Amino acid sequence: MPVEVRIPSMLQKFTGGERLLQYESKTVATLLVSIEEDHPGIGHQLMEEGELRRFVNIFLNDEDIRFLNKMDTELNDGDVLAILPALAGG
Amino acid sequence: MSVKVYIPTPFRRLTGNRTFVDADGSDIVGVLTDLEQRFPGFGEMVFSEERTILEHVNVYLNNHEIRTLGGGETEVNDGDEVSVIPAIAGGEALTPEEVERYSRHIIMDQVGPTGQRKIKAGKVLAIGAGGLGSPVLVYLAAAGVGTIGVVDFDVVDTSNLQRQIIHGTSDVGRPKVDSAADRIADINPNVTVVKHNEPLTSENAMEVIGQYDIVVNGADNFATRYLVNDACYLLSKHLVDGSIFLFEGQVTTFFPGEGCYRCLYPSPPPPGMVPSCAEAGVLGVLPGTVGAIQATEVIKLLLEVGDPLKNRLLLYDALAMDFRTVKIQRDTACPLCGEAPTVTELIDYEEFCGSPFHEGPIASSN
Repeated sequence: MPVEVRIPSMLQKFTGGERLLQYESKTVATLLVSIEEDHPGIGHQLMEEGELRRFVNIFLNDEDIRFLNKMDTELNDGDVLAILPALAGG
Repeated sequence: MSVKVYIPTPFRRLTGNRTFVDADGSDIVGVLTDLEQRFPGFGEMVFSEERTILEHVNVYLNNHEIRTLGGGETEVNDGDEVSVIPAIAGGEALTPEEVERYSRHIIMDQVGPTGQRKIKAGKVLAIGAGGLGSPVLVYLAAAGVGTIGVVDFDVVDTSNLQRQIIHGTSDVGRPKVDSAADRIADINPNVTVVKHNEPLTSENAMEVIGQYDIVVNGADNFATRYLVNDACYLLSKHLVDGSIFLFEGQVTTFFPGEGCYRCLYPSPPPPGMVPSCAEAGVLGVLPGTVGAIQATEVIKLLLEVGDPLKNRLLLYDALAMDFRTVKIQRDTACPLCGEAPTVTELIDYEEFCGSPFHEGPIASSN
């Protein structure tokens, strides 16, 4: 069972409108590489020089990966990965 | 024994608006029990479930507080005068009109007359009278928050009306604070509205925010969001933060010293990277859902009931119709609330965000 990746509205233009993606990957870093391969341009929105941008959070299940093992956080089957950019709208 | 009992204004709706009623009994509890039997609802205003007199209700026998006499067993004599005075716990006593207006709150165990007075004593500031500010202001006004501040320097535009429900078609072109204040006055004339028809800046934020207990963020740009966050932390104010985009919303409540917006999002996106609602759009009803949740958080904070969204970020996806919460936490390396803070006063937020925040409306969903 792969990892489910939730794509925020803001980035769905890169995924052809897809809201949920399925990937098999060992870590957050390798998973993001795979997403960028399939959906060119999305990686630049999320990362800068190999680091997660500071207005983007990734939650593994309900935990912020910054407080786990950051980009090296390991993934397991059935995990849910949510990508959350800061929203400015009010 | 027959005594004369003074009925306080909040209870007079129960006694046919009579200020004094005659009652019989041999002691104070007996007198109050007589009133309870004759005036439905009176008992729950003065007695606990254990049949003791509620702690926030003071009873006077001939102007002596009964706790200094014999408590509920204090004997009464013919011609004595008994006064029932609910303590002003966190606010002024309620007027009869307020007791009727808030009756659906007052009969709730979690609110009651004491809780409603806490709401009345509340001072809440809404940053923006736009998409989020509209439902926040409407519900806080209806709920009876005594003092509501509104910060917005924008005027109502036709394109606002798809979601900014506090404004109407006839308000187009008017300052949003004026339009919002008029609507609030119609919903609930008991509310004092403080209009801040100016941009929130590093120069005025401490003075403006300092006047309130709780701040509700409905800003439409990152510069204002960081400014409000920093000022709330520096002033130890609770911040109920909400943000929206397209079909998605995020809500959390920051308690001073227990994590802040910078812990969640250390830096804003580079200018132009994240489109605004004006550029990309927003579902009109989305701020209604998110703003109503923010208003709920405010009322719970005022009432001191329930579990706030502390260290939790609520994610709402309207397309999936999915609500989830994720855990967030204070970052010990946070430049504002961390262990070695470098931000100790308000900074230049336009520079920090790399974009002018006065270019468009600062604090509303434009």
